[in-house]
Amino acid sequence: MNWLKQLTINRKSRFGLFCLAAMVLIALFGPLLVHDPLAYIAKPHEPPSTDHWFGTTGQGQDVLAQTVVGAGPTLWVAFIVSLISTLIGAGLGLLSGFARGRTDDLINLLINIFLVVPGLPLAVVIAAYLPAGPITIAAVLILTGWAWTARVIRAQTYTISEKDFVLAAKVVGEPSWRILWIEILPNMGSLLTSCFIGNTVYAIGAQVGLEFLGLGDISTVTWGTNLYWATNDSALLIGSWWTFVPTGLSVALTGFALTLLTFGVDEITNPGLAAESRWRRYLQTKGITPSTHTPVVRS
Amino acid sequence: MRYLLSRLGLYVVAGFLSITFNFFLPRFMPGDPAAALFGRFQGRLKPEALDALRHAFGFSDAPFLSQYFSYLKELFQGNLGVSVAYFPAPVSEVIMSGLGWTMLLAGVSVLIAFVLGTSLGVLLAWRRGSVWDTTLPPLLALLGAFPYFWTAMALLFFLGFQMGWFPLRHAHSAHLSPEFSASFAWDVWVHLALPAFTLVLTALGGWMLSMRNNMISVLGTDYITLARAKGLSEKRVMWAYAARNALLPNVTGLGMALGFVVSGALLTEIIFSYPGVGYLMLQAIRAQDYPLMQGLFLNITFAVLLANFLVDIAYQFLDPRTRSDG
Repeated sequence: MNWLKQLTINRKSRFGLFCLAAMVLIALFGPLLVHDPLAYIAKPHEPPSTDHWFGTTGQGQDVLAQTVVGAGPTLWVAFIVSLISTLIGAGLGLLSGFARGRTDDLINLLINIFLVVPGLPLAVVIAAYLPAGPITIAAVLILTGWAWTARVIRAQTYTISEKDFVLAAKVVGEPSWRILWIEILPNMGSLLTSCFIGNTVYAIGAQVGLEFLGLGDISTVTWGTNLYWATNDSALLIGSWWTFVPTGLSVALTGFALTLLTFGVDEITNPGLAAESRWRRYLQTKGITPSTHTPVVRS
Repeated sequence: MRYLLSRLGLYVVAGFLSITFNFFLPRFMPGDPAAALFGRFQGRLKPEALDALRHAFGFSDAPFLSQYFSYLKELFQGNLGVSVAYFPAPVSEVIMSGLGWTMLLAGVSVLIAFVLGTSLGVLLAWRRGSVWDTTLPPLLALLGAFPYFWTAMALLFFLGFQMGWFPLRHAHSAHLSPEFSASFAWDVWVHLALPAFTLVLTALGGWMLSMRNNMISVLGTDYITLARAKGLSEKRVMWAYAARNALLPNVTGLGMALGFVVSGALLTEIIFSYPGVGYLMLQAIRAQDYPLMQGLFLNITFAVLLANFLVDIAYQFLDPRTRSDG
């Protein structure tokens, strides 16, 4: 709870949280307020007007409705993908960093391989063989997305296992699962949070990318398929910028909000950084430009 | 040397696993694997040609292991099968036509983004709290939040279609054929500018932010204080002392980021109809051209592995610690 409160106090993360909450509300309740996104409601490629705020697509569908309805499935898949890849990554990272020896070597090799093999071509080649749809997309994104978390968590596990309190727990004879679960894991809350946020950003971007390529289920409405149809209906040639701008802005806004949230999490969990930014703001109220030298403030 | 060898070992294992994965992928899919792989050829191809294709992928009644070895044999002879979308061109030939363009686009934009972003990071860390330092990072973070291909669409639309400042598609004008001449080079450059600009714009923020953070932690160390105390010029402390060490994590990051960069380049190519491997990939997806898709996967993976190795070699020169046998 304390955490959430701090997130609302920090300026950056408050803005991020606000945007994200707005996006989630739109995804949840927006579909109740707009037209059927697949219905033919006006002439194709109509520019924005008072009737149709965001104009119409090449199929004569309402762009506003498609943008709003597309949010739900896109965010939902991203959330699931991020959750599972964070869990897998954290599990393997903890195991690898704690077990050391052979197990560590093997898992570390696996992590490095998945980091070095380019994700998009791998995702494309697998997705192309499987039936198109959210489950396929989620599966390939998890496969290509877990390694980064594993790497970060593994490194952190290494650091923490060297600390005195873990060594003490070992000497006392606590079982390994307890050391991992009770001693090490609670120290990784912030790291796991920022991994989860990072994975969500990746999942949104990569999902939209794969669907844009036509590997999603193109009969459904998501942000990715919106962009697929926009190019398929030659939005650029016809000049109907309104068919791809709203969706792109939504994707970017969500990603940006999540990035701001990470900044906030960083500042909250890294007291040095927070103190520094408070100090900086304080100096600026005194009309002093912060520099690398320590200024003296007389109060 | 030991460092380079261990990295090389990783790439060999990764490359080998990709090759093996490529072999198993069609065989793991439901139904007849050969039918899944060549389904689109049915009725369009003479039985003999289909047999040749089966041969390339090692499909036969022989045991699994000997299928695998015959696949490896064909692979090392450069036989990746025949493309559906560009029938009857062999896959390797189709890919070769695109690989050069992708290397040009990805190479140029990675280089510009890395050098520019890193230098900006150094300057921002040096002038911490200045107007630039407070406005540039969030602005570039916002730009970085857009999907690569969406930024490409927006730029192509507004700067290409609306303003007419840049060519709209392809890597060079249709009336010019590739040759070593100034006019052709200029034409290629003009076509390269906007896609490369898109990639640079999206990637710049990441390099800048990480370099800024590295610099800030380096600036707090004692040897910088000493360098200052010696009375060295600001420039010398900034570039020759601080930036040199702060650069190391960024170079490691460069290796890590190559996969992402290539993915971004692939999608950007599609928007600009830039005839690289990304554009070929779209054609492969549209035509369900599995041989081409798998060939692209292998080639892109190997190109990225090779680039990673080059980064490792560069790292050796930058960090003397990795050169020692310790």
